[in-house]
Amino acid sequence: MIVKQVSVFVENQKGRLVAMLEVLKANNINMHALSVAETTDFGIVRMILSDSDKGVEVLKKANFTVKETDVLQREMPDIPGGLLETIAKPLNEAGINLEYFYAFIDPAPGKATIVVKVDNPKKAEEILDK
Amino acid sequence: MIWNPKYEMMPRKDLEELQLERLKIQVAKVYEKVPFYRQAFLKKGINPSSIRSLDDLSKLPFTSKQDFRDNYPFGLMTVPMEQVVRLHASSGTTGKPVVAPYTANDIDMWSEVMARTLSSAGMTKYDVMQNAYGYGLFTGGLGFHYGGEKLGATVIPTSAGGTKRQIMLMEDLGTTVITCTPSYSLIIAETALDMGIDLSSLKLKLGVLGAEPWSEQMRQEIETKLPIKAIDIYGLTEIVGPGVSVECPSRCGMHIFEDHFLAEIIDPNTGEQLPYGETGELVLTTLTKEALPVIRFRTKDITSLNVEPCECGRTIVRMAKITGRTDDMLIIRGVNVFPSQIESILLEIEGVEPHYSIIVDRERHMDILEIQVEVSEEVFSDEIRKMEALEKKVQEELESTLGISPNIKLVEPKHIARTVGKAKRVIDHREL
Repeated sequence: MIVKQVSVFVENQKGRLVAMLEVLKANNINMHALSVAETTDFGIVRMILSDSDKGVEVLKKANFTVKETDVLQREMPDIPGGLLETIAKPLNEAGINLEYFYAFIDPAPGKATIVVKVDNPKKAEEILDK
Repeated sequence: MIWNPKYEMMPRKDLEELQLERLKIQVAKVYEKVPFYRQAFLKKGINPSSIRSLDDLSKLPFTSKQDFRDNYPFGLMTVPMEQVVRLHASSGTTGKPVVAPYTANDIDMWSEVMARTLSSAGMTKYDVMQNAYGYGLFTGGLGFHYGGEKLGATVIPTSAGGTKRQIMLMEDLGTTVITCTPSYSLIIAETALDMGIDLSSLKLKLGVLGAEPWSEQMRQEIETKLPIKAIDIYGLTEIVGPGVSVECPSRCGMHIFEDHFLAEIIDPNTGEQLPYGETGELVLTTLTKEALPVIRFRTKDITSLNVEPCECGRTIVRMAKITGRTDDMLIIRGVNVFPSQIESILLEIEGVEPHYSIIVDRERHMDILEIQVEVSEEVFSDEIRKMEALEKKVQEELESTLGISPNIKLVEPKHIARTVGKAKRVIDHREL
């Protein structure tokens, strides 16, 4: 499934992540998935939100730099080789480069979910659906 | 030591007569040869015959760095190119550099004032001078080189950088005098420490330091860490390069070689000439330059003049250590940097916001330039790789124009304080 990911630019400075989380909480927005990529100076917080349009709106209002991107969300078996066989290998064979991804365990036993950023999420989805 | 007692110890009355005579010639020459000056004179309703005494100097129009830019590259030159034997250029001004042409006589004059400079600092022909000012377009390297040779000293033209090699040569060749920027002298001291070399066991005894602002505290630090007496010099590309003024060993101001450079202090706001002793902007007029005579150049450097005779015997006027600038020019690692220049480079990069701040600091004796740039939605990417590419691009664009490498820090929007009117964009943490 193709979903909207909300990315936020956050300086590596005390209190900045908290400030961003406060904005989401105040607007009753839940995070379904979260990953942070960081350098020495800044981080990029990537989230799948319960309401991404509203999330973007309130974060912008709070002066954060925000970007919405299409990413691919897939379910996979929570077993050895799960990621390899269901996601990584098929995309690799199709010549699709993974920009980044983050995975988490599903509440349903035996399953995990992965969020994948690729150049063309539609095409990636088609390949994985085969 | 006084290299040229005739001119350095001349009775003030004789000196002023000489200055007037030379000023008249310079004024007539620029009026005849340079349209820019002729127009500026006419605008003030004066011509060369208006100059009858040194007091008439204040009637003359000022020249600014902008005038050099407007007349780039040769618009202020008064001789045909076949008489020019060398061109130098200043570092990083906005857009185009200042080009400084020299005739053979100009080079002789420059060598003379540099020989006086080195002699005043305490150097003689028995010294071995290691010249670690940069050789090239920058006036520092060749200016010191010619002065050292004119004095009859042994010159080692190492240029700047390659610190370990500098120290090896210092040890092996018996260097007694080091000429470089003050901050570089401290880098030499630290590197020697790392190499396990005790500089005080070498023959080194004197440092002739300049091209960047430095404080009395820094002088103390230099003299603690290196076995040298540290002497301050002053100069600028528009006037001649180094060689305008220098301290004597009593270190109570820098003596201006007034037979070649006429100095005034003005109120930077009104342009009015101020009496000796008052602090204001230094204005310099060249008296003997052939290729590029300059009338009343506004240096934007803040200082004061002291005309009392010095205990060294010189009668020429002394200028105090530079205490600041009338504009926002920064001198970083010896390079002139204007905030406006950084701004125009940033704005040329697509998507970069005009919100930035410039932070200057000194770490381990090296000036550090950090540019904080706000991240706009337009340039923001969810991929680290692209953000790092942006940082690199900004860094490279700035480096290629400024000639020094800044650190780029991407910051959140509204991070940089917005102010009504002129934003405070520059934060200088250095204690200069």
